[in-house]
This record gives sequence, C-alpha cells and structure tokens, in this order.
Amino acid sequence: MSVLVNKDTRLLIQGITGGAGSFHAGLMMEYGTQVVAGVTPGRGGQTFADKVPMFDTVCESMAQTGANACAIYVPPPFAADAILEAIEAEMPVIVAITEGIPIMDMVRVKKALSASNSRLIGPNCPGIITPGECKIGIMPGHIHKQGNIGVVSRSGTLTYEAVDQLTKLGLGQSTCIGIGGDPVNGTNFIDCLELFNADPETAGVVMIGEIGGSAEEDAAAWVKAHMTKPVAGFIAGSTAPKGKRMGHAGAIIAGGKGTAQEKIDAFEACGIGVASTPADMGQTLKNML
Amino acid sequence: MKIHEYQGKQLFRNYGIPVPDGEIASNAEEASAVAQKLGGTVVVKAQIHAGGRGKGHLTTNEDIRGVKVVNDAESAKSHAAALLGQPLRTHQTATEGQKVKKVLIEKASNIASELYVGMVLDRETSQVTFMVSTEGGMDIEEVAATQPEKIIRQGIDPATGISGFHARKLAYGLGMEGTTAKQAAKIFIQLYKLFVEKDASLVEINPLIITDAGDVMALDAKLNFDTNALYKHPDIVELRDADEEDDKERIANDAGLNYVSLDGNIGCLVNGAGLAMATMDIIKHVGAAPANFLDVGGGATAEQVTKAFKIILSDPNVKAILVNIFGGIAKCDVIADGVVVAAKEVGLDIPLVVRLEGTNVEAGKKILYGSGLELIPADDMLDAANKVVASLGGAA
Repeated sequence: MSVLVNKDTRLLIQGITGGAGSFHAGLMMEYGTQVVAGVTPGRGGQTFADKVPMFDTVCESMAQTGANACAIYVPPPFAADAILEAIEAEMPVIVAITEGIPIMDMVRVKKALSASNSRLIGPNCPGIITPGECKIGIMPGHIHKQGNIGVVSRSGTLTYEAVDQLTKLGLGQSTCIGIGGDPVNGTNFIDCLELFNADPETAGVVMIGEIGGSAEEDAAAWVKAHMTKPVAGFIAGSTAPKGKRMGHAGAIIAGGKGTAQEKIDAFEACGIGVASTPADMGQTLKNML
Repeated sequence: MKIHEYQGKQLFRNYGIPVPDGEIASNAEEASAVAQKLGGTVVVKAQIHAGGRGKGHLTTNEDIRGVKVVNDAESAKSHAAALLGQPLRTHQTATEGQKVKKVLIEKASNIASELYVGMVLDRETSQVTFMVSTEGGMDIEEVAATQPEKIIRQGIDPATGISGFHARKLAYGLGMEGTTAKQAAKIFIQLYKLFVEKDASLVEINPLIITDAGDVMALDAKLNFDTNALYKHPDIVELRDADEEDDKERIANDAGLNYVSLDGNIGCLVNGAGLAMATMDIIKHVGAAPANFLDVGGGATAEQVTKAFKIILSDPNVKAILVNIFGGIAKCDVIADGVVVAAKEVGLDIPLVVRLEGTNVEAGKKILYGSGLELIPADDMLDAANKVVASLGGAA
C-alpha cells in the first residue's frame, strides 16, 4: 500500500531537542508515527516528552529500540555528520530535512552512501509520508488522504499544493516523497518512479520538478522506457531568469541549461501529462486515470 | 558568492598557481605607479563581477573597453582614469552597466596559446569535475554547443581526491609536453585543493596560457563560493563586495530571505522556493508579471516576514501584493503576524491578496481577518492570481 515507510516504521529523530526537531517530533507522534528514539549527543538517558528515550549515538539507539528509519533535524554545520553517523550505523531509511548543508559536505556524504545499503531522502526536503500510517518530516499531515497516487517532488510547499489538489479531487496518496531542492541528494526521481512502478497499490504518479540540472529529463526518458502507470507533472520556474539561484541551491539555470521549457518538452515527448498551471496538477493526473 | 578577479588571483598565489605580476588600483595615480613599477607593456583590467569585460564598454563611451593593453604608465593612467567611476556594460551586466571602482594593472604576457579550464560540481555524478579545452579565450558555452569533442571532462572521486594521473590526463589531453605538462598538472592539483578547501562552487580560468617560454599561467580568475559553506570561511566572506549586488537582494539576503528582483508589478511573498516559482508562473499564466521571487523560508519569524513585506513595498513598480502560504514547517499564524505588523507599519495602500493553507491555518486566518486590514482572501492559487490581477483594475 506504500513505498519505503509504513505502519511498521520505527522512527529515530536526530536533533529531537532542537526547535524544529521537537516541534515536528510532536506533530509526527500526533499523526501516529511510531517515534521510538531521539538522539542528541549529551542527552543520553533522558526522555523526550516523557515517553521517547534519548541516546547519545545513533548506533546505541538502534540497538536499544530497533529503529529502522531516522529523521534529521540537525543544523547545517552538523547535518552531514549526522547523516554519516546514520549511514555508518546501517540505518535503512534516512530522511534529512535540514536546508543549507554545504555542497562539498554532501559530495562526501553521497560517496559514503553509494557504498552502503542505506537510502537517503533529501536533504533540504519536506520528508516522506504514507498517509494514515507514517509521517516523517515537516509536511502538514491533515491535507493527506490514504489512496493510490504516488507523489515525488523537488519542492516542499509545492508538494503540499499537489497533495491538497489530489485530496480535494478524491484521490488519496500511497506515498509522497520530497527528494529535496539541493544539487546533491540521496534519492532521485528515477529511484522513486521505480518504487512506485513496482508498488501494486500505486496507480498513478504526480512528479514535480523545477529549473536546474537534468534530473527531470532523465526521469522522463525512464518513464517512456519503463513506466506502466500514468504520470502527470509540473515544472516550476518558467518565469525564472537565467543565472539566478531561485531559493533552492539546485534551482538555477546555469550556462543556458536546465530551463523549464527543456524539461516540459522532455515530459511531453515521453508521455507525461504536463499541468499548464500549478493549480491543476491533480486534475491533469485525474484526466489520465 | 562571487569575488573579483584580483581577489581570485590572490587566492591562486596563495595556492602556488602562477598568475601575472600585478596590483590593484583605485585611482589613476595608483594605476600609473603600478604600471611604472611593473615596467613595459601592461594590461588595465576593470574589476566588476560580470564576465565579458574585454568586449564590454562604458555606457558613457563605447570606445572605452573593460580590458586594454597599453605600452606605458602614462597610457595606463589615462585608461584607468577613463574607466574608474564609470559604468561598464557587458553581456552579463544589466543595461545600465556596473560601476568600476577598481582596476587591476598587470604585466602583459607573451602568449603562445590560450586554454580553457573550468571546475564545477557535476550534478549527475556528484563529483567535482574539470572541464578543459584547447579553445581558450572563447565563450565556452559556444564551444560546448558547436564543438563538444573539444572539451575534456574529468571527475574526481571525493574519497581519493585528485591524483597525479587525473592531472596528467588533463595536461596531455590538452596536447602539452615536457615541463609545460608538469607545470599544468601541478596547477590542476592545486586548483582542486583550493576548490575543496574553500568550498568553491565554480572556478574558471579563461584563458590559462602557455607563454613563449613554455610556462603555464592563469590570465584570468573567476571564482564563486557556496553560500551555505561561508560560515567555515571568514577569509572568503571578507572578499564580498556588496556594491556588486542588487540593493533589495542584499537586504533580503542579510535578513535570511531568498529574494530575486524581476521586472513585473505584482509583489509576491511565498513560503518555499518551488511554490514561489510556481506563484510567479501562475501570475504570468493569467496575463500579469511578477515583481519578484521571494521565499520566506521554512523557519520564518514574524520579524523576517515584516522585513520581506517592506522589501517588496520598497520596489516602486509593485502595484499589488500576493501572499501565498502553504504552511508546513512555516506556521500560518507566524506569517500572518508578520504581514499585519508590516502592513500597519508602512501604511499599506495597494491591494493585498492572501491565500493561506496548511499548518495553523485557522489561527492565521483569525489574525489576518481580525486585524482590520483591508485584504482580499483567496481560496486557491488560481483564485489568488486572478484576484490580484483583477485588483489592478485590468491595468496589469
């Protein structure tokens, strides 16, 4: 009924005592996510919100609690270290929410990741949610609804926009994955499309891209060659000027490459339904089902 | 973050990468003194962040170019005098040009051949990647488009870092031999060290030259740095030249906001980069034009939102404002607080369309609608875009 996370996911939160970490730990628990551990170095032995045990290290927390996924809310200077610690501990699913991690730090993380069995989602992303079962991240849970549409996106709030549209059209979601807005990330569009294609409960996919890089073009080619389910998409940044970084570190048209039009053309050429405005991402997919 | 050529060359010197002898000058007298000291033929180079300075010229005088070779100190002085304080326009600047505050005076080199060296992060491999070409001095994007076989690429595995063979492959690939190849290989190794140690996001040398004597030297230096990593490098932060940045972008940047000036008349305040771009796109779709990109970010405080609002209103082109918030990590009530404070402080007198959704939406709506502000509520993005255009009375 989902990919990567479900009702059996046992979550560890790295940075659980920080501002964002504690606020969202509360919201995730309220949503029903099994938060089994927190890691904040120096706070081992204490408890968070009177019920979640805290540890000094990821390794120790996994051994004690059987955590099989982690969420990272650690500030940028320490975030790469937190991800590397999770990789070293062989954490199966690592969700890095942190925005602003230095690119060279992520280059080293990506290398360590490639030699591991861990899957990293993000960084600089809203996280991943299987509605009704498990929410890992910062997305507002109440807009989601259980169902069979997969959502994958480089943007956070634009993902909420798509989910909200789907839910209002009566289309629930199997799993929604924010892959993040950075130029170096752990999981890309194709990884998610493969998972959705193989998931018997996913019937269609909304894929949201933006200017910069060529991940959307690569994904479009993969869709054409392998995807057996309808895919609708939107590309943000048709009106973005060249050479300017549009908020996300990865959202920049560099050397004339990575424009919205190139990506829209690739989507259309590969049979992906392109929403003409961000207000009809949901409707575009509905028309294809 | 961008730096000037003369600053980039100083970094090169620190890393043992050969550059021509030269010094910076802020006035004509200094330029003359440097030229005198260097002796013989020198090059006068305007220092602005934009590329294309050699072909660029002053907006006030098309005959005065950004880079000029002169034969003596007197000519160096007069060219420096012509450039300093004047706006230089290149294909990378705005049409009004960028004011020249400093000129670099360098000893001229005997050039046997010109090469291109670029370093970027390759997003497909997640590796720092060299791109070199024998077609130096030319626009590399044009070479990439017309003669892609002339560009040699070499990615560097971050686990091993650069090895001698990487550097030799590049040097021999460029057709070098003997001590010339050895000098170039050393330069490539030092460039990689600089890139990684200083968290660069781009290094470009166009041209890297081979002199008549077979020596290799960087005639230009274009360096950009990862803004996310600046906290590690106070020495790089010191090289920032705020005068080269758009005023509104600089103020926004200092307040921790992502802002980009555009030329339309609808101000946008949005949370999240993707949604902010999509908001611009939908404004365009309904036939109007956005005045800016503005992402207040995930952890926006009421103070930041207030600052964001003031930055938008400081743009005289802005005739209406669209606030589009889908709360996730950002909470609607916090954004609403900021909007109300700012609107009251500045005495808002243009239409304000607000669309709120997500975390703490009800609390946010209560704050906005109970504030006594005149605002136009919208249900969704398209509704918001239509209403903001309608608020202009069809004068979009």
